Amino acid sequence: MDYRRPGLIARIAVPFRGAAQRFALGFLVLASFVLIFLGKTDVVVMERARTAVTDVVTPILETLAEPVSAVNRGLDHLGQLAALYDENQRLRQEVARLRSWHGVALRLEAENKSFREMLAYRGAGRRSFVSARVIADGRGPFVKSVLVNTGRRDGVEKGQAAATPLGLVGRVSESGARSARILMITDLNSRIPVLVEESRARAILAGDNSERPQLVFLPDGSRVTVGQRVVTSGHGGALPYGIPVGVVSAVTGGIIRIRPFVDWERLEYVQIIEYDAAPPPSSEGAAPKAVR
Amino acid sequence: MKGGFWQNLDLWARRCLPAVFCLFFVLLSVLPIPIPGYSSIVPMLTLACIFFWAIHHPRLLPPLVVFAVGLVEDILSGAPMGAGAVVLLLAYGVTVSQRRFFHNRSFLQVWTGFGIVALGAAALSWLMAVIVSGAFAPPQAAFFQYLLTLAVYPLVTWVLHRAQRLVPVEV
Repeated sequence: MDYRRPGLIARIAVPFRGAAQRFALGFLVLASFVLIFLGKTDVVVMERARTAVTDVVTPILETLAEPVSAVNRGLDHLGQLAALYDENQRLRQEVARLRSWHGVALRLEAENKSFREMLAYRGAGRRSFVSARVIADGRGPFVKSVLVNTGRRDGVEKGQAAATPLGLVGRVSESGARSARILMITDLNSRIPVLVEESRARAILAGDNSERPQLVFLPDGSRVTVGQRVVTSGHGGALPYGIPVGVVSAVTGGIIRIRPFVDWERLEYVQIIEYDAAPPPSSEGAAPKAVR
Repeated sequence: MKGGFWQNLDLWARRCLPAVFCLFFVLLSVLPIPIPGYSSIVPMLTLACIFFWAIHHPRLLPPLVVFAVGLVEDILSGAPMGAGAVVLLLAYGVTVSQRRFFHNRSFLQVWTGFGIVALGAAALSWLMAVIVSGAFAPPQAAFFQYLLTLAVYPLVTWVLHRAQRLVPVEV
């Protein structure tokens, strides 16, 4: 077909079709801008639409993610084989070191328990968690969030904390029936109430899309130095107290940055923590509720 | 063209191929791949896919489908709904309007054309992110994303050229 010389019919039809297409295109571009605007105002319908789509796509993504994680596991395995001897040596030393810590921990736990009884202290809230698999990554340089394969069916609700054994990942920002989105602590919109473990100074951990979120709203005169640990403060009631978040990595010109504990590159599973700030008296500790 | 039920179904399924491939690339680009730094520079696979079909079979990929694909991508990647759709629609519009230029050109010329469209798209999506979030974002990640997109384009085209043989010839 010669595209440079259209026939008679094409000469009449093509511009017409072009006009209709152009109109549709212009209309849809406009519609996109309207959607962006509506999204900014937090309309419930938009969130429903989002979670409806993620719910539908979740099973497909779970299937697609399977070979990826299989390959990844295989590569990991090979990598570990090479370093087996050194790893073993290192682990032996670590076990020896941790054994003594274990003793200390047991003693402190018993001590704490007796203190609590003396003070008639009501426990720090009941928590249970649901394990979820990461099935989609927030794409592009501007979004820091992941999609996981659990939702309201397993008790996952908006606002709950998501963590790995290493530390806090973020909070649930949307929850569908079987999928949920977790806004990472590094995202621009993330605000987490935290405290500096050593000085007990409360602050807000504010993400700015960089790898190192900032510590803001620290009380005047509080001293923060590099290396101090930051944990969730539990203020506001949605997040439990004491989830490790990160360590202070830099204090420059009034800007305090935190290096999160979480290994972002290996984020395969997260625990979504269901937290009840006003617990019945005799409940304590974390217990797995369901594992998917 | 009148055939039996199965023949019609087959034809219909083949006509859906461009849309199906676009959705597939959306899913592919949100898969969590554990390579350090990868998640912030994921190539714009969907853009490459839409560019390809906009040149070869724009009638099988009407603007409404591009819009829908963009929305699904926004939803899955957690971006503000509509932000990615705008970029894809505009890239689609530009490509369709210039598609005659791309016919009977060498691969290198088409690749260059894609480079220009993708540069515009990357710049626009960076701009959208800055406007929507209301905060300045360093453009380096967007630039690396652009380079990676350019690098994977031949692979995407290779796959789609094979798929294209299944698509019915336009009458």
